[in-house]
Amino acid sequence: MTEKTEVKIPLSGIGIRHKARASIALIGNPNTGKSTLFNRLTGLRQTTGNFPGVTVEKHQGTVELGHSAFNLIDLPGIYSLDGTSTDERIAVDVTLGRVPGTERPSGLLVVIDATHIYQGLYLLEQLLELQLPTVVALTMIDAATANGISIDTGKLQESLGGIPVYPVNSIGGHGLDDLKDGLEKIKEVSPPPVPASWPEFSETAQQLSQQLGEDWQRIDVIQALLQTHPDYAGKLSRQLGTEPVNNLRSRLFGDEPPAAVEARRRYQWVKGVIDAVQVHAPLYSKLGARLVRWTNRPWPATLLFFTVLLLVFQAVFTWATPLMDAIDSASSGLGRLIVEQLGDNAFSSFLADGVIAGVGSVIIFLPQILILFLFIIILEDTGYLARTSFLMDRVMRTVGLSGQSVIPMLSSFACAVPSIMATRVIPDRRDRIATILAAPFMTCSARLPIYALLIAAFVPNQSVGWMNLQGLVLFALYLLGIVGGLGTALLLKTSALRGPKPHFMLALPEFRKPNLQTVAIKLWDRARVFLKRAGTVIFFVAILVWLLAYFPRMESEQPLSMTTVEQSASANLELARSAAQMEQSWLGRMGRTIEPVFKPLGWDWRVSSAVIAGFPAREVVVAVMGTIYAVGSEADDQRLSEKLRAATWPDGRLIFTLPMVLGLLVFYAWCLQCAATLATIRRETNTWRWPLFAWCYMTAIGYGGALVIYQVGSLL
Amino acid sequence: MTLADLAPGDTAKLDEIDTRDPGVIRLMILGMVEDITVRMENIAIGGDPLEVGFFGSSVSLRKEQARHFKVTRIAQSD
Repeated sequence: MTEKTEVKIPLSGIGIRHKARASIALIGNPNTGKSTLFNRLTGLRQTTGNFPGVTVEKHQGTVELGHSAFNLIDLPGIYSLDGTSTDERIAVDVTLGRVPGTERPSGLLVVIDATHIYQGLYLLEQLLELQLPTVVALTMIDAATANGISIDTGKLQESLGGIPVYPVNSIGGHGLDDLKDGLEKIKEVSPPPVPASWPEFSETAQQLSQQLGEDWQRIDVIQALLQTHPDYAGKLSRQLGTEPVNNLRSRLFGDEPPAAVEARRRYQWVKGVIDAVQVHAPLYSKLGARLVRWTNRPWPATLLFFTVLLLVFQAVFTWATPLMDAIDSASSGLGRLIVEQLGDNAFSSFLADGVIAGVGSVIIFLPQILILFLFIIILEDTGYLARTSFLMDRVMRTVGLSGQSVIPMLSSFACAVPSIMATRVIPDRRDRIATILAAPFMTCSARLPIYALLIAAFVPNQSVGWMNLQGLVLFALYLLGIVGGLGTALLLKTSALRGPKPHFMLALPEFRKPNLQTVAIKLWDRARVFLKRAGTVIFFVAILVWLLAYFPRMESEQPLSMTTVEQSASANLELARSAAQMEQSWLGRMGRTIEPVFKPLGWDWRVSSAVIAGFPAREVVVAVMGTIYAVGSEADDQRLSEKLRAATWPDGRLIFTLPMVLGLLVFYAWCLQCAATLATIRRETNTWRWPLFAWCYMTAIGYGGALVIYQVGSLL
Repeated sequence: MTLADLAPGDTAKLDEIDTRDPGVIRLMILGMVEDITVRMENIAIGGDPLEVGFFGSSVSLRKEQARHFKVTRIAQSD
C-alpha cells in the first residue's frame, strides 16, 4: 500500500468539463410504439400504453452505442407543439429546454407510425423548427403492410430535406441496428434550413430571430407569432411594438386563428408527400378488420362494454377467492407459529397481532387487485379503453364533463392514485379538477375488504330472483360511489368550476393485439406499487395501532399457565380479558373520547377507533376491527363476523343494527380515507387547497349520509 | 351540408371550415383540414359524438364542432 499523499490542485485548474452526456429526446404521436422502442433501445423496464397520454412521467434511459452512449428521454405522445393539455406542455417544455434541471436535448428521435404518417409528419414539420439534429424512426411497418400500405422511405427522406428515416419493427426488433448507427451519427445530421411545409413562415421567423438577438431562437419567434406561448407573445410585442407584430400576424394568418392557418398550410404539404411516398397495396385480410369495425358500432360496442364490466366484477370476486384463502391461512398460521415459539408476550403479540395480522390483512387483497388491473391493462392495450370515452361521452355530458373523463373514472375502480394521474390528458383545467375530485368516490379495491366483511356479516346470503342479495348490495355500493362521483362533478361544474362546455375530441386508436410482455411489465409494476404501500404506510399504521391497543397494560394481568385441556375452557375468559385490556388501552381511550362525535351514527367507541385508524389508509380498518374485537392474529372473517354480530352497547342493545351497518357502508363509500390519494391530488393540482377541500367535503358527506340513514332507519 | 349531416359509412370531402370555434382548431391540428376526404365511421347512441376517419386515423368529435365543417358528399353508405 502506498503512503497517502495530499496534492492540492486549484479547482479552476481541473480540466473536467461539467458537461452531462448528450441527451436525445424521443418524441412522437400517441400510440406509435414509442415506448416499446424506448424499451428496445435502453433495455430499461418501462411501460407502454394504448390510449393517448399514458407516458406521463419523464422516463429516461441510457442507450449504449459502439463508441458512445447518450441519454434518451421518453416524452408523452403529442400531436402538435401547441400545448393545450398537460402532457403536451410537458413534452414541449422539455424539447424547448424550458424545464429546470433538464438540459435542452441535443437531438431528436421522432417516431412516426407508418399507419399514421399523416399526423406524424405534421408534428415532425413543427419539430424541425427547433433546428436540432433530427432522426426519424418509422414504426409499425408490419401493421402498415397488413393494412395494405407500403411506404417508399427513400422518397420520404428526400421530401423531408434529407433527414434520415429508419424503418423499424420495435416488437420484432428489425431495423434497430441501423437506427442505432444513425443515432451515433446524429450530430452529423444537419436539419434542413427551413422545413418544406411552410417556408415563408419559417423564413420570416428566422429573420426576426436574427434581428432580435441571442435570446430569440426561431422556435421562440414562431411560438410568439402563433400565440401558443403567452410569455413569448408578450415579449415579442414589447420588443417590436404591438402594431408591427399585429401587422405581421395579419400578413401571415389573415384574420384567422394562427393555429388554424398553420394546420392548413402544413397538412396541405403533408398530403402531397403522402401521395408521393405511399403506395396502396392490395388488402388481403379483410375479415378481421370488418369484425373490428362491426364491434366498434355503437350498439355492439355498448353491449360489449357492459359484458366486459360484468365479467371483470365476476372475475375479481370468484377467481381471487382461492388465492385469498391461501394467503389468509398462511398469515394466520405464521402468527400462531410465532406465538407458539416465542410464548405469549409483548414481542410475540407485536409480531403476530401487529405486523403479520396488519400487513397480512392488506396483502390478502393482492389477488383481487391484480385481476382488476389485468383487465384494465388489457383493455387499455387493445385500445378499447379509449373507445369507452367515445361511448360514454353522452353520459358524461349530463354532468358537465366529456368522454375524456371516462378513462380516469374507470381506472379508479382499481385505485384512485393512477386514475388521478391519468387525468393529465384532459386539456381544460376545470374539467380536470372536477374529474380529480370525482375519482376518489369510485369504489377502489381498498374499499372491498370492509364491504366484504360487513356484507358477509349482515346481509343474508339468499337469492333475490336470479341475483344474490349480497352481490346486489355490493353492486348498490358501487353505484353509490358512481352517484357520489358524478354528483360531485355536476355540483362543481355548476358552481366553483363553471366554464365553457368542454370540447370532446380524441384520436381513437384502432384495435391492437395486446403485447404479452407489456401487460406483464405493467402488472408487475402495479403489484410492486401495492406491495410497497403494504410495506410502508400500512406497515407503519399497523404497528401504530398495535402499540395503541397493547399499551398501557392492565395491572391485574396474571401469568398464563394452563394445560391444553384448560385452554379451551378458559378461551372465553381470555377473550373477555383482552376485551377489557382493549377498552383501557390508548386506542380504547381515544375511541371513547371520539365516541360522542360518532354516536349519532350509532357507532360505539370500537367502531369509532377503527374508523379513525383507517384515515391514512382505509385498508387497515378490517385489521383494526380484528384487533379491537380481540380475535387476535387468527382474524379470519368468519370469527370477526360473529363478533360483530354479537357486539352490544353497555345496556345490551345490539350495536350492528341494519341502519347502523348501512350507514357505515355509506360512510365508507364516500369518505376519503387515503393519504396517498390526498398526496396525489396535491401533486397534480399543485396546491393544498384541492386535497383539503376533497377531504373535508368527502368526510362531511360521508358523515351526513351515515347520519341520515341511521337516524331515519332507526325511526322506521 | 355539414359533417354533422353525414350518415355512418358516407364519405365526403371537407370544403370549408369555420375556424371561430377553438374546438375546431384542435380538430384541424389533428389533420381535419380543407380538401381531405373523410369517412363517417360511427355515430354514438343518441346521435352524438361522431367518429370520423381519414388517412388511416379515427377522430371522435361532437356534433357541435362537426357543424362547422362544410362538406360535399362523395359516396353514400350502401
